[in-house]
Amino acid sequence: MQVTVKVNGEEYTGEIEPRLLLVHFLRDELGLTGTHWGCDTSNCGVCVVQVDGTPVKSCTMLAAMASGHEVLTVEGLEQNGELDPIQQGFMTEHGLQCGFCTPGMMLTARWLLDANPNPSDAEIREAISGNLCRCTGYENIVRAIHWAADHPRVAEPEEVAAS
Amino acid sequence: MTVTAEQAHVGFGRRMRKEDARFLRGKGNYVDDFALPGMLHGAVLRSPYAHARLVSIDTSAAEAHPKVRAVITGALLETLKLAWIPSLSHDVVAVLATDKVRFHGQEVAFVVADDRYAARDALELIDVEYEPLPPVIDARRALDSEAPVIRDDIEGKADNHIFDWEAGDRDATDAVFARAEVVVAQDILYPRVHPAPLETCGAIADMDKVTGKLTIYCNTQAPHAHRTLYAIVAGLPEHKIRIVSPDIGGGFGNKVGIYPGYVLAVVGSILTGRPVKWVEDRAENLMSTSFARDYHMQTEIAATQAGKILALRVNVIADHGAFNNTAQPTKFPAGFFHIFTGSYDYPAAHCTVKGVYTNKAPGGVAYACSFRITEAAYAVERIVDCLAFELDMDPAELRMKNLLRAEQFPYKSPTGWEYDSGDYPRCLQKAMEIASYDELRREQAEKRERGELMGIGLSFFTEGVGAGPRKHMDILGLGMADGAELRVHPTGKAVVRISVQSQGQGHETTFAQIVSEITGIPSDDIDVVHGDTDNTPFGLGTYGSRSTPVSGAAVAVAAKRVVDKAKIIAATMMEVSLEDIEVEKGTFSVKGDPTVSKTIQEVALAAHGPMELPEGVEGHLDAACVYDPPNLTYPYGAYICVVDVDPTTGAVKVRRFIAVDDCGTRINPMIVEGQIHGGLADGIGMALMEVIAFDEDGNCLGGSFMDYQLPTAMECPSWELGETVTPSPHHPIGAKGVGESATVGSPAAVVNAVMDALKPYGVRHADMPLTPAQVWRTIQGRPLRTDLAITD
Repeated sequence: MQVTVKVNGEEYTGEIEPRLLLVHFLRDELGLTGTHWGCDTSNCGVCVVQVDGTPVKSCTMLAAMASGHEVLTVEGLEQNGELDPIQQGFMTEHGLQCGFCTPGMMLTARWLLDANPNPSDAEIREAISGNLCRCTGYENIVRAIHWAADHPRVAEPEEVAAS
Repeated sequence: MTVTAEQAHVGFGRRMRKEDARFLRGKGNYVDDFALPGMLHGAVLRSPYAHARLVSIDTSAAEAHPKVRAVITGALLETLKLAWIPSLSHDVVAVLATDKVRFHGQEVAFVVADDRYAARDALELIDVEYEPLPPVIDARRALDSEAPVIRDDIEGKADNHIFDWEAGDRDATDAVFARAEVVVAQDILYPRVHPAPLETCGAIADMDKVTGKLTIYCNTQAPHAHRTLYAIVAGLPEHKIRIVSPDIGGGFGNKVGIYPGYVLAVVGSILTGRPVKWVEDRAENLMSTSFARDYHMQTEIAATQAGKILALRVNVIADHGAFNNTAQPTKFPAGFFHIFTGSYDYPAAHCTVKGVYTNKAPGGVAYACSFRITEAAYAVERIVDCLAFELDMDPAELRMKNLLRAEQFPYKSPTGWEYDSGDYPRCLQKAMEIASYDELRREQAEKRERGELMGIGLSFFTEGVGAGPRKHMDILGLGMADGAELRVHPTGKAVVRISVQSQGQGHETTFAQIVSEITGIPSDDIDVVHGDTDNTPFGLGTYGSRSTPVSGAAVAVAAKRVVDKAKIIAATMMEVSLEDIEVEKGTFSVKGDPTVSKTIQEVALAAHGPMELPEGVEGHLDAACVYDPPNLTYPYGAYICVVDVDPTTGAVKVRRFIAVDDCGTRINPMIVEGQIHGGLADGIGMALMEVIAFDEDGNCLGGSFMDYQLPTAMECPSWELGETVTPSPHHPIGAKGVGESATVGSPAAVVNAVMDALKPYGVRHADMPLTPAQVWRTIQGRPLRTDLAITD
């Protein structure tokens, strides 16, 4: 079947098997390997992407279901050469170790901050409770999301000087 | 180009990680991210039975599938002499079953197809006839005379016994127990758990028929050991094998061994002439790859009425599953379990470990255990709390009374270890201060008055890591030394090549910092190369917290050799004698005249230039080292956990967790703290949530993340860390390793806290995981055997 999906602002149209999972569409068809796969049962969250601004576990969504919708993956977080504050926060606060959960974790966190620019510890922990991390014990992820909340992106990314 | 202060940073200290730049952008290179031209995909058919005779396999329908390129069975592997491969512990492991299946999830057939979906489709087309046999599930009954014999492939094998091993002085220990005022005994189970890294295990095998070179992309923690083992197993010349271990999405010990899927990918590539990728799914990971623990520990402690510990005795039944594939140094079939005497001062101890086969997945060193030290630390820390319970003594007071004192180091333990350095009472004191221990006890007393359940749990652990001295420690005959090669380029930038392999520990950052600290070259100017056997020196890899103690030492020694050589060249450049040179972090100056100096960068250029060098000094600026550790290093820590338990549901909430670790010198404190955070979460998981249990038919009950529960951000508190720093006296930079400390030390603190909360019910012990159901039943006086299915 034919699908048309907008991914990170670019539109893709192609023929796919109807049973193709969104995670495999992104990874194998589009080569966007920043979205990972980890469990098959929607428990771990390493496959989280945003579909129309909402975090979705792409291992349990068919690519066909994304047709006509907008998908944001980790590759789309950086804009005009500037990292999203959530990416900067993860680096500054050491919110990642092996990096495997990080893309899904950041896309969930980006959604949280879009909806709630100044979340509490408890709100952050609840928001990321569908994303497992085996390395960090979550502490520095919570700090990273606070850091991003404290350092929102300035309005016009293209104005940022390349320093 | 201007250089910022951050870029010019030299040496140890908090530094952002180099590897983050790619991970944050989704540009990591994990094994499943590779797509080689013409690559095919493999999938494994697995046994639905724990124990069954293989009657027949019909693969004809699968072979007829239009996208299938090969179907591999045990019978085919037998013709290649690859149906069985050597295990890491002097046993064999079936790659594909030939005679019987011996655990639920065992590999039975392998399909190679054009894509991963087609490979899975074809598995459904394979028809296997099994004749079910009675399984051995309870390790405590594996040696019963009527127990079915699992390993009838071993000639003459008439039982399920693997090995008997002991340490310590049995007679001396028995004598102390016979006279002791107080003896407390407790059966303690450390149930089977799984490391469950979020990235599962996988490999791509690419056999180039023209050059005869086999390249295996595999997320292995030990690429060099894998290369040698493949050479031995497959009979391929070792120089024709290249292992590329790319970015790894967590390992925790799960990615040490060679799994059947890797061998099958290799066979698939040889048969089809194309690269073959195999990446397991989550169920395969949890059901078939290396589990951890599964130690049934009869533990006894002898003491005086006043609380002076006199002796410890532990008799273990070790469940190794269907094949003995635990990865331990050869002379230590139970790993370093004999460090079970812990952190206390007493003269007598003895342990026995009996290894048995059961119809479960093989494995047994995994999940950040430092070669069975996790089990040992749990046993001693749990039995000390049982003793405190019987003596009605505060567990902190009991520990303080018995901890080794600073002046006793180096300390010879009753089972033969030599602890290198420590100040244990100071560490525990610090943890108690951070926790406000006395206030917590007052709060607990008030809550108990009101019928609320609050618990405070302590643990104090000592690890021996950095395996290890070559003459004592090897795996399959390969000594546990590691190499490092450091080359300074003409412009003063450098590359260091190491044998160990990061799974998230940040080696690209910390190993550059080690070189930087010693040579004075900014760490941003140093590239770390790892994970490719064609481009790095030999070594046994990353597990058992050995990267910093062994490979870090190799890098430090190589860096010191570079500085020594640079000093000679600097003296030549400045035309002074070697004795007149002072070295301070990358600056070589003339004694008494600090205005005359050369930088390491200037020396590097001169080393590559036309300047005449003293006799015996070769050009260029590089050095190598193979580091043979003189002893293990002994990190330690004091942990305090505070929990609240809901008596109506049995739910446990970890309210606070205080961890004071001493891992010697801290290269990058940010990374050290991150390692500790992760291990503490592991401890909460194992203590409260995680178990791989089996039903009476041998079905694995933990085969998905819906069944195998891992801690989320909701279960973890905000960790409260403290530190003391007691450098290792024998390590070149005094670092002890920290990767597994918190995983080793934390489970006992959590369980001790829950048992402390349940003290009003007269409860002394219940086995992990302390799920709401287990806690609730414990309150009712009937705790479960957590390794078996609930049957009442």
